Amino acid sequence: MATAGGGAGKLKLLGAWPSPFVNRVRVALHLKGLEYENVEEDLTNKSDLLLASNPVHKKVPVLLHGDRPVSESLVIVEYLDDAFPGAGQALLPADPYERAAARFWAAYVDGKLHGMMVKAILGATEEERAAATADALAAMDTLEGAFAECSGGKEFFAGDAPGYLDVALGGFIGWLRAWDKVGGVKLLDAGRIPRLAAWADRFAALDVAKEVIPDPDHIAEFGKVLQARSAAAAAGN
Amino acid sequence: MDHHLEQQAAESEKKAVKLLGMWASPYVLQVRWALAMKGVEYEYVEEDLRSKSAQLLAYNPVHKKVPVLVYHGRPIAESQVILEFIDDAWNHRGDPILPRDPYRRAMARFWARFKQDKLSPPIWRWFTTEGEEQEAAYEAAVEQLLVLEKELAVSGKPFFGGEKVGFVDLSLSPLAYVIPIYEEIVTGGGGGGVKMVTEEKMPSLAAWMGRFLSSPAVRGHLPPLEKLRPRCQAMREAFLVSARAKVEQQQQQ
Repeated sequence: MATAGGGAGKLKLLGAWPSPFVNRVRVALHLKGLEYENVEEDLTNKSDLLLASNPVHKKVPVLLHGDRPVSESLVIVEYLDDAFPGAGQALLPADPYERAAARFWAAYVDGKLHGMMVKAILGATEEERAAATADALAAMDTLEGAFAECSGGKEFFAGDAPGYLDVALGGFIGWLRAWDKVGGVKLLDAGRIPRLAAWADRFAALDVAKEVIPDPDHIAEFGKVLQARSAAAAAGN
Repeated sequence: MDHHLEQQAAESEKKAVKLLGMWASPYVLQVRWALAMKGVEYEYVEEDLRSKSAQLLAYNPVHKKVPVLVYHGRPIAESQVILEFIDDAWNHRGDPILPRDPYRRAMARFWARFKQDKLSPPIWRWFTTEGEEQEAAYEAAVEQLLVLEKELAVSGKPFFGGEKVGFVDLSLSPLAYVIPIYEEIVTGGGGGGVKMVTEEKMPSLAAWMGRFLSSPAVRGHLPPLEKLRPRCQAMREAFLVSARAKVEQQQQQ
């Protein structure tokens, strides 16, 4: 395994195990064979280091390279590619157009799918949650199309090996696979989105996924805790 | 290069690069400035967003928005993605849009997202609401602007990109010309109203706004402000009317 080179010191990741954004970064670190210290934050009691490293958002993940913090999961993933060009595989492709396609779809996952998933389980009313669930299913349909476009018939969005977009959506694999328990519908329905469902199985079978991605049952439990908290907060108003 | 060959190269480039846009969109404008920075020739297509062209819907079926950059027939959407593409595709030409240093690149990407996630929403809320909601939005917007102010002040550089305009400057660019318009409209142009960016509170940002608007890539490439003002005014009024109607409805129930 490569040690954190680049002359700038050791790598430390401030994270939380259920976070799909943290999982993305951990997948990227593993794919690039980079050693790092994994720090589990208690998000109900954030550490001074976290608050000092990400004062703007106060969120995980935060990557510390030596004493320099990088925040925002996709920014971190690109940083790993830029700062460690020799390490493991390049996550972004070399071709400018393919890079743009990968970034476009990663932005779609963050801007559309993630928001819909949050509303689908934490929306205040049943109508909101149902509407968001429908949106999330439609977003998965769109991503099925994206997979066909990007993969060119190969195993991963990036081709023969996982890359940036596989990492971007792959961070969500735990949640996607747990969704029938958390959100009451199957988001990775092989009947509806066969290519994406097959990709999800392939991704989950990777060594890196087995090391990093939480068990769907743990996610389901955690999801229920979040829902209970959200319902209690709503009832208390 | 021989002038004749240069001309041929420019014409052939113009055929290869097309931008679908709308005159009032700040996101389209960012892309036009980036293309200008790289000296890229392109065909510009003005879209009527109330009646979107078949071309736009075909090139951006997911979001159906402008800007869309079409490169040798292949579309790229989302302004931040397009800006990075321009930097990648023409990285041998002109000045870099993103810094070359990995850490500074990460910071540039971080601040571009900050603008979208933390800054634009309260500014928009401030512009489209009134009363207490507007006051709260104002405070939130100022809080985030002060974060940017500190970043720029600490760097001691003329631009967020350093000595020259870069990715973050482009991403923040709507602030430079839209905020003064919003300030005029919100305070009714009568003066004595509430300004958002003042030399007093945000000296670096205030100076940056003027400097940015007179930089080579930007100067002369602004939307017609006399058309933009009434358009913004109409937007604010539409939001206020709709909000007041909702309140009346709720009171009647």
